[in-house]
Amino acid sequence: MSVDKATVEKIAKLARIKMGDEELERMAPELSNILDWVEQLGEVDTSGVEPMSAVIPNALRLREDVIDADPKTAGGRRDDVLANAPAAEHGFFGVPKVIE
Amino acid sequence: MTELTNLGIKAIRDGVAKGDFTAREVAEGFNAAVAEASALNAFIVATPDHALAAADATDAKRAKGEELGAMGGVPIGMKDLFATEGVQTTAASHILEGFTPHYESTVSSNLWAAGAGMLGKLNLDQFAMGSSNETSYFGNVSSPWRKRGTNAAMSPGGSSGGSSSAVAARIAPAATGTDTGGSIRQPAAFTGICGIKPTYGRCSRWGVVAFASSLDQAGPMARSVEDCAIMLGAMAGFDPKDSTSLKVDVPDWEAALSADLNGKKVGIPREYRMEGTDQAILDSWEQGKAWLKDAGAEIVDVSLPHTKYALPAYYIIAPAEASSNLARYDGVRYGLRDLPDGAGLQDMYAETRAAGFGDEVKRRILIGTYVLSAGFYDAYYNQAQKIRALVAQDYENAWAECDLILAPTTPTASFPLGSLDADPLTMYLNDVFAVPASLAGLPAMSVPAMLNSDGLPLGLQLVGKAYDEQTVLDAGLAIQQRSGFDHAPEKWW
Repeated sequence: MSVDKATVEKIAKLARIKMGDEELERMAPELSNILDWVEQLGEVDTSGVEPMSAVIPNALRLREDVIDADPKTAGGRRDDVLANAPAAEHGFFGVPKVIE
Repeated sequence: MTELTNLGIKAIRDGVAKGDFTAREVAEGFNAAVAEASALNAFIVATPDHALAAADATDAKRAKGEELGAMGGVPIGMKDLFATEGVQTTAASHILEGFTPHYESTVSSNLWAAGAGMLGKLNLDQFAMGSSNETSYFGNVSSPWRKRGTNAAMSPGGSSGGSSSAVAARIAPAATGTDTGGSIRQPAAFTGICGIKPTYGRCSRWGVVAFASSLDQAGPMARSVEDCAIMLGAMAGFDPKDSTSLKVDVPDWEAALSADLNGKKVGIPREYRMEGTDQAILDSWEQGKAWLKDAGAEIVDVSLPHTKYALPAYYIIAPAEASSNLARYDGVRYGLRDLPDGAGLQDMYAETRAAGFGDEVKRRILIGTYVLSAGFYDAYYNQAQKIRALVAQDYENAWAECDLILAPTTPTASFPLGSLDADPLTMYLNDVFAVPASLAGLPAMSVPAMLNSDGLPLGLQLVGKAYDEQTVLDAGLAIQQRSGFDHAPEKWW
């Protein structure tokens, strides 16, 4: 099943990537080729197979329930967190106005 | 200083410890080699001061009679996917240009604690997406190798192409790499060096820019199997900050290295005889079997029946995870922001991501968004995850008959830069032999075997059981001792 320009436009919108007409025209056949090629997975009988999401058996750990267990990932680092923001103001991330 | 830059990890560490030369002399030699090699474009930024500071610390420790560490006095290249405190970390993208972390990745911290220093941040395919190092925002990386009799720039492989180029060119004795679907092994094969991707979870992913989290794994790239064993030991270890980190001890791989393979069975997967594989690659595979047999191993035929489906499954799973991971680049918290006059929040996201991501990254985000979207999730993503289970099961079945698997690393040798860029699919096929072990999370290594008739390196791949890096390294050593591969590219840069 191939994707057309309108479908690519819709996906690009979902992915929050602005694309002009020319780029959409170019991407559509490329994505179609890739998607046509992955279609071959449909040949495989996977009935009764559990989808695999973790390759090495490993239980998800919980950290100790204490404040600032690891100083690197704990609180109190506001300025470090904001240091690379394109528009940090008054100790917050700055964004364009979202409410009129 | 020229001869010091010909040394690998072990020779530098032991030479510094013995006092044959100082760590500072080594760092100065490599810093000069890096500065001279801009034509390779292997580094995005050089950090000579970091290398010198680490070297001075090692020399000072030696003067005081203290332990120097497993990597004491060894300056290395750091793939620019690892967050390094105070040093720009870009993933070779425009969207992270200028991003200067206030923290250090666990893997790089481990390496500095073991006495290593940093020569600089190495170029790569953008967000580690690519197999030729042609998707970097900071330009293509050239391999130091050239086809005999030509001057065309060749691909160093990808995504760890800056790493492979630098190590092969002797401007770094070793480098970090990351492997999501072959990004350590394929570039190692293209440039005649060694590289190992350990069992998924051995090396912490904390502070590594995420591509596909269920597949991403860091590993060393160096010119010998011994050097890989040493450096992997320094990189690996449990990290509570990575929820998928393995809580197991790190064995002393270096101390246990042995090229004696008596009692080991090596499986040859029949499905790896694929159309489109170079005859020279098939010949090197035959040679590899003979070498391992000579080392005492028994060669057995095995079947990995779902091999052909591994690559298409990978190209659903990896883009799906990438589309989710890369949602964080929104122009708010770090990196680029593109905010046209009067634009709102949604426009800012879309403009920032349009300006900040390269074509291949956009392509994969779109594929991932598509396969995860309502109505397609079961047909694509779920089916791919089920095939991933079958690929992993294939290996489990094979382990009943063998202890490790020998296969080619790539279907061809390196190719000229620009020669494959017309069709993304042709590029993806480069990783057809590397991806299955990634899907199964298994340790896998590429070691150089020989040069082809064009004078380009060919690699052999060894895949082991989960947690059994030792057998992989041992077989790598057996091949290294028999191939005697010590070819270096002729210097043109």
